[in-house]
Amino acid sequence: MRRRPLRHLTFALGGAVTVTLLATAALSLVYTPQDPLAMAIASRLEGPTRAHPFGTDQYGRDVLSRVMTGAVTSIAVGVIAVGIGAAAGIFLGLASGWAGGWVDEGFMRLVDAVQGFPAILSALLFTAVFAPGMAVSMVAIGIAFVPAFARLTRGSVLELRDREFVVAARALGAGDRRLIARHILPNTAAPLIVQATTSFPVAILAEAALAYLGLGTQPPYPSWGLMLKEAQNFLGMNPWFAIFPGGAIAATVLGLNLLGDGLRDLLDPKTV
Amino acid sequence: MRGYILRRVAACVATLLFVSVLVFLVVRVLPGDPALVILGPESSREAADRLREAMGLNRPLVVQYAEWLGGAARGDLGRSIQYDVPVGRLIVSRLPVTLPLTALAAAFMLLGAVPLGVFAATRHRRAGDYAAMIFSQLGISIPQFWSGLLLILLFSVHLGWVSAGGFDGWAAGLWPGIRALLLPAVALGFFQTAVLVRATRSAVLDVLREDYVRTARAKGVAEPCVVGKHTLRNAMIPIVTVAGIQLGQLIAGSIILESVFALPGLGRLALGAITARDLPVVQGVSLFVASTIVVINFVVDVAYGFLDPRIRYD
Repeated sequence: MRRRPLRHLTFALGGAVTVTLLATAALSLVYTPQDPLAMAIASRLEGPTRAHPFGTDQYGRDVLSRVMTGAVTSIAVGVIAVGIGAAAGIFLGLASGWAGGWVDEGFMRLVDAVQGFPAILSALLFTAVFAPGMAVSMVAIGIAFVPAFARLTRGSVLELRDREFVVAARALGAGDRRLIARHILPNTAAPLIVQATTSFPVAILAEAALAYLGLGTQPPYPSWGLMLKEAQNFLGMNPWFAIFPGGAIAATVLGLNLLGDGLRDLLDPKTV
Repeated sequence: MRGYILRRVAACVATLLFVSVLVFLVVRVLPGDPALVILGPESSREAADRLREAMGLNRPLVVQYAEWLGGAARGDLGRSIQYDVPVGRLIVSRLPVTLPLTALAAAFMLLGAVPLGVFAATRHRRAGDYAAMIFSQLGISIPQFWSGLLLILLFSVHLGWVSAGGFDGWAAGLWPGIRALLLPAVALGFFQTAVLVRATRSAVLDVLREDYVRTARAKGVAEPCVVGKHTLRNAMIPIVTVAGIQLGQLIAGSIILESVFALPGLGRLALGAITARDLPVVQGVSLFVASTIVVINFVVDVAYGFLDPRIRYD
């Protein structure tokens, strides 16, 4: 049965939110209603007005423009963190599943150990020795994704390595490298794509949390988490300042989660 | 069963060793020179040399690691540069905040998620199921620290029912202590509840489709018994797996919520240590938290053996 992505409500809704996020981020690179870094102390902590639809922050900066620019930070950190987690996890999973024996045992214990380091903990450790910033966020979040990608890849390799088409290719003279690149990896792609899609919103949440704690993106660059940290001191004076960046995170993560769920439904034959 | 537990213990010990290596490597090796990290790049060469000598950084790395690991195994995690007290004592002094916060959030998670997940599964594709799924989708989309801020906005700024943060300790009484931890625990547990609702629903739905459940119904077994005895018990493996992972996430999440609600727990200790360049404290807290998460995963693994006898014989 052929499934039509746009007829799938969850996928369509998630896709619409994701496209909006990407369009907003792309637009913010060439246009924002105001300069996101320009201060105007006279109009600080204003609620929503026609000039500032999302209000202003404690320095009078336009919150809408900063929320738009913050989307770029979230996407950049999300993409690179998922990339780091996927690359390291797929390598570990392939090596572990293909080699088997003590290599498998050793790598899996390493993966278990890495699972003990959620993004916040890795970021704490890295920030103790490096300056906090987006790079620390990307690496810390990426490391937290390694176990999921590694386990998924290893599971697929274990399942595939003794299948007939792999045995046949080996009998025809294919070496390890060719077997992995041409026969194993393409057959593990679907679950890995779903894993990457579902990891992306988690990365956005983690980036915001690290920026909130002062371990990630640093001022004056806009990050949704950083904006919430700044807003916390002015909750009584201008609650909108906390509501819009938080709403942006929640809407983005909701959209990406829906997209991930929809993609899983569309790619998983069991849901037909 | 004994063999299964022994295998899991061996794996857990190996994992803990890897954890210790990772923490040691990040703090002692990655920056190049911990003495300069502690003293700052503007420090004099002589001061850095003295600190290096005092910390034993001139010795071979393997010797340093063995000594540090031996100390850690005895509970000696070094001495805080900022407070000049043993790191182990500092960590223990912050546990009365972090542990109750995590336990309260875990209680919210388990008491909320499992019944809601079962409710959603037993009303598959009906209004109750959709309502539970909308709750779950919203829950996993809202960052914990934002729900914390919204709770402060509602209950502290607007209603004035509770203070916006702080913790006066348990000496002031059990209820004031719990009241101070209630909002952070709700914010912390909300996200994890949403994740566990999905896992519970999915696991229960899978089991509800099994032949033995149909047989139980055909024999006239009452529905609460079908769900409670025949279904939930067999759906426990994935539920326990996710709940175990979530428990580890709760400990990590408490670091954020302690910051939102100004609670003097482990997270605030670590964040303060970063500002003060107190490497032994950061190292100690990281080792403690990561080891705790590994031990939780070990307990979950052992629990599998009890829940599903087939796993013991794999």
